[in-house]
Amino acid sequence: MSDLIKVGMADLKLCPRGQGITTLGLGSCVGVAIRDTSTKNGGLAHVMLPDSTAIRSNQNIAKFADTGVKELVRLMEKAGGNRSRFTAKIAGGAKMFAFSNNTALVNVGDRNVEAVKKVLAELKIPILASDTGLNFGRTVEFFPETGEYVIKAVGKPVKTI
Amino acid sequence: MGEFDLNHVDDIYFDVLKEIGNIGAGNAASSLAQLLQAKVDMKVPRVELLDFSEIGDAIGGDDQIMAGIYVLVQGDITGSIMFLLEQKSAQKLIGKMMSSMGMEPGGGDVLNEMEQSVLKEIGNIITGAYLNSLSAMTNLKITESVPDLTVDMAGAILSVPAIEFGMVGDKMLMIQTAFTDDDEINGYFILVPDLPSYSKLLGALGISL
Repeated sequence: MSDLIKVGMADLKLCPRGQGITTLGLGSCVGVAIRDTSTKNGGLAHVMLPDSTAIRSNQNIAKFADTGVKELVRLMEKAGGNRSRFTAKIAGGAKMFAFSNNTALVNVGDRNVEAVKKVLAELKIPILASDTGLNFGRTVEFFPETGEYVIKAVGKPVKTI
Repeated sequence: MGEFDLNHVDDIYFDVLKEIGNIGAGNAASSLAQLLQAKVDMKVPRVELLDFSEIGDAIGGDDQIMAGIYVLVQGDITGSIMFLLEQKSAQKLIGKMMSSMGMEPGGGDVLNEMEQSVLKEIGNIITGAYLNSLSAMTNLKITESVPDLTVDMAGAILSVPAIEFGMVGDKMLMIQTAFTDDDEINGYFILVPDLPSYSKLLGALGISL
């Protein structure tokens, strides 16, 4: 466990082949795991909000689905990856509380998932699997060597996608 | 009046926000004492402006299981308030409240329906007390919605206020309060005013931006 690379909220990091990378307690945020199928290196982004252009305070590019995913892809390419071989798996985007009439927050989980799908489609990176939505938090662990994306939730069996 | 920016909070605003936290939490502690009909002490609250990456560690780990009570704030200011309790503290509080009402708590790890509504009620009273003192200090009309409750990993619960803060900056303001009677009950308050409400709040306290 302790040797996993840790990604915080509104954060992204690369993970070389042979290692694992994790982000804890994804709620409405989305964990985007990208893998280069040839080098078997990867990376993980923990994005909080769908759209950087909708918000003035947008310096932290890891915070947003649009800029965060692009930045992760850019870093993976810079490290020798080839985008045509990239694949993605995504998890999170839950609705943690049943109500929300705070307009800015309505379905932010769903909107995060949609935004991630959109940017991955733009970048022509296929989504191999996803575990999103519903009303519970998820801790994820990603192992680029095998491509396994392990999802843990409170009171639920561990799931690998 | 300028635009409030949480990334550049100067000392005066921070002190004011801290004081709001202190008084609000103090009032919440008195209500808790009344509710439990016991003496409840409160440690001096810790008020912190945290980077998103530090939030989980500040409360003992992103994957620690906690109970989060979330209430929307309405009236002259808008936003939300969250009251977070460690799972053990939540169970202690529920137990105390239920025995004071002559009921038997379930005691299991998973809260049953009755325990959940008891905890929602506790949250309602505590956040209500907090907001009342805020309203009294500022002369602003502040009301709250019915509370909603989730028991889950801290990081997942905190993603909700963090996302709200994320729309205005890269930090989250958190007030940590420890209530004690016979045992320690650790609770955290997170008040998230919508951006225009910061100016209103600070303005009502005589501080112009």
